[in-house]
Amino acid sequence: MDGPDKLPPKGIRPPIIGPGQTFGTVTDRIAGIVLTKHTPIFWFIVVAIAASIFGMLNTAVAYLFARGTGIWGINIPVGWGFAIVNFVWWIGIGHAGTLISAILLLFKQTWRTSINRFAEAMTIFAVMQAGLFPLIHTGRPWLAAYWLFPYPNSMGVWPQFRSPLIWDVFAVSTYFTVSFLFWAIGLIPDFASMRDSAKTLVVRRIYGMLAMGWRGSARHWNRYETAYMLLAGLATPLVLSVHSVVSFDFAVSVVPGWHTTFFPPYFVAGAIYSGFAMVLILAIPFRYLYGMQDFITLRHLQNCGKLMLATGMIVAYAYMLEMFIGWYSNDKYELAMVSNRLHGPYSHFYWMLVACNIVIPQVLWFNKVRSTPWMLFCVALVVNSGMWLERFVIVVMSLQRDYLPSSWGMYWFTKWDVMIFVGTMGFFTMLFFIFIRLMPAISIFEMRTLLPQAKVKE
Amino acid sequence: MIAEPVYGLMAEFENPTDLVHAAKAAYAAGYRKMDAYTPYPLEEASEAIGAHHNRVSLIVLIGAMLGMIGGYSLEYWVSAVNYPINVGGKPFHSWPAFIPVTFECAVLGAGLAAVFGMLALNGLPQPYHPVFNAPNFVRASRDRFFLCIESQDPKFSLAETKRFLDGFHPDEITEVPY
Repeated sequence: MDGPDKLPPKGIRPPIIGPGQTFGTVTDRIAGIVLTKHTPIFWFIVVAIAASIFGMLNTAVAYLFARGTGIWGINIPVGWGFAIVNFVWWIGIGHAGTLISAILLLFKQTWRTSINRFAEAMTIFAVMQAGLFPLIHTGRPWLAAYWLFPYPNSMGVWPQFRSPLIWDVFAVSTYFTVSFLFWAIGLIPDFASMRDSAKTLVVRRIYGMLAMGWRGSARHWNRYETAYMLLAGLATPLVLSVHSVVSFDFAVSVVPGWHTTFFPPYFVAGAIYSGFAMVLILAIPFRYLYGMQDFITLRHLQNCGKLMLATGMIVAYAYMLEMFIGWYSNDKYELAMVSNRLHGPYSHFYWMLVACNIVIPQVLWFNKVRSTPWMLFCVALVVNSGMWLERFVIVVMSLQRDYLPSSWGMYWFTKWDVMIFVGTMGFFTMLFFIFIRLMPAISIFEMRTLLPQAKVKE
Repeated sequence: MIAEPVYGLMAEFENPTDLVHAAKAAYAAGYRKMDAYTPYPLEEASEAIGAHHNRVSLIVLIGAMLGMIGGYSLEYWVSAVNYPINVGGKPFHSWPAFIPVTFECAVLGAGLAAVFGMLALNGLPQPYHPVFNAPNFVRASRDRFFLCIESQDPKFSLAETKRFLDGFHPDEITEVPY
C-alpha cells in the first residue's frame, strides 16, 4: 500500500491522503504504531541517544546551579548570551505548530489534518525547552518564582508590570497552557478509538481513563466542535502576541539594533519560518520510518516548503529593512550597528546567516526540491541553523557594541553553553519519540473526515 | 409481563447518509430523546437530532471577561495600590503598559473555559454509560454510525419504535440494557 513516493504527472498535485483508505484502515494504521507490542529497533536507538544527551543537559544544569552563571560565557556588556538566543529560537519553533493547528484550521486548509497532531506536540515540547532557559538563566531558579510570578510572598515584593520581561512570563505561560489544552482536547476522541481497539485489558483501561468516557455522541461532537473552533480562534491572536512580546524584550530597550518598531512582525515571520523547518525535520523521518507516506504525502511536504519560502521572503525583507533604516536614520549609532554587522568582529556570523536564511532557501522555488524529501530535509536543517544565527546576531552583536566605545566587549560561549543547548535538543527528541510511541501521532478522527465516504450524500 | 428495563433501541448503520436519513425521520416522527453516535464530528447528525445550539460560546465569553478583569485588576492593585514604585516618573496606573498581560489573561481564561466548559456540558469524565452495553458499540469510535432512541422519550414503545427503525434497514437493532 505504501510505495515509495511517486510524483504524479505534471500539472496534477499529489493527493492529501493516499488512495484506497477506509475508516477502518485509517484507525488501524495510526493506532497500530501505538498498540503494537513490537517497538521498532530504531526507536530504542534514537531514544537511547537522546536520553544520554538529556543526561548531559542534567549534568550541565546541575553544575550551573552549583557554580552560578559564571560558568557561561556571558559578561558585561554581553549579559544575554546563549540562554536568550536559545529561548527565542525554541519558542519560535513552537509557532508553526499553532499556525498549523489553529490558523490553517480557520482557513479550512484540510491538508493540515495529518500533520497537526505532531506539530502541536512539537509546539509543547519546544516551549518546554524555551521555558527552561529563562528559569536557569537566573542561576538560582528557586528564587525565580517571586521574580517572575506575582504571588504574595513574605517579602511583600511584586513584579514590575511595566516591563516586557514580565509580559513575556504571562505570554509564554499562557501560550504553553493553551497549546496544551488544544492538544489534549484533540486527543480525547482518539483515546476513545485507542480504548476500543486495544487488545489487552490494561491498555484498554489506561486509554479508557484518558478518553474520559467519550462515546462520540452527536450532542457532544456539537459542543466539541464549538470549543475546538473557539480555541483555534483564541490561539491565532495568541501566537502572534507571543513572539511580539518576545520581540518587545528587545525593542522596548534603547540598544542600537534592538530599538525598532518592526521587530514584532519580523520576529513572528522568523518564528513561523523556523517552525516549518522543524515540522519538516520531524515529519520527513517520521513518515519514512513508520511508512506513513499515504497520510503525510508529498502534498504536505510541498506545502510546508512553500510556506517556508513565503515566510523566508518576509524575513529577507526584514533584513534589508533593518540595514536600510540603519542607513536612512543617519544616526551615527545606528550606522555603527550596520557597519558592525557587515564588517565587525562577528561579521562571519552575519554572512552565514544571510547564506542560510536568504540565499540557500531560494532553491525552494524549484518543484523538484519541494517534492524530494531529502532535499527538503537539508534545506530545513540549513534554515534552522540560520534562524539560530539570526538570534545570535541580534542578541550578541547589538550588546557587544553600544554607545560607549570604552564599554565595548566580546562574547565567546563556553563548553557549558554548548552542553546545555545541545542537551535541550536531546530532551526535545526524547520527548517527541516517547510521544510517538504512546499516543496517536496523527489525528485519527480528523483523518476520517478527509475520506470521500465521510460525506453525507443528499 | 414486565420487560427488563431498557435504556433505548440502538440502530447500527454502515454509512453517515443512512444515519442522517433515519435521524431526520425520527425527529420528524416526534422523537426527541435520542442521540447519534459517530466516529468523527458530523454536523448533519447533530442538526438532524435537533442539537443546533450550545452554551460553550457563552461560557468562553464569561471566561475571557473574568480573565481580562482579573489580569487588569492584579496589575492595577500591584502597581498602584500595594507596591507603587516610581519608575522614570511614569504614573502608577500606567494602563498602556498593562494591556499585554490583560490580553494574555483574557486568552487564558477563555481557553480554560472552552475546554472545561465543553467537558462539563458533556458530562465528562463519565466512567459508565449504558450505550457501551450495545454489543457492537466499540465500532462507534471506528467505522460505524449509531442512532439510539431512548426509552425516556414519551413516544417510545419497544415494539413500535423497533418497527419504525426497521424501516430504515439498519444492519442491526439492539435493545440497550441499563
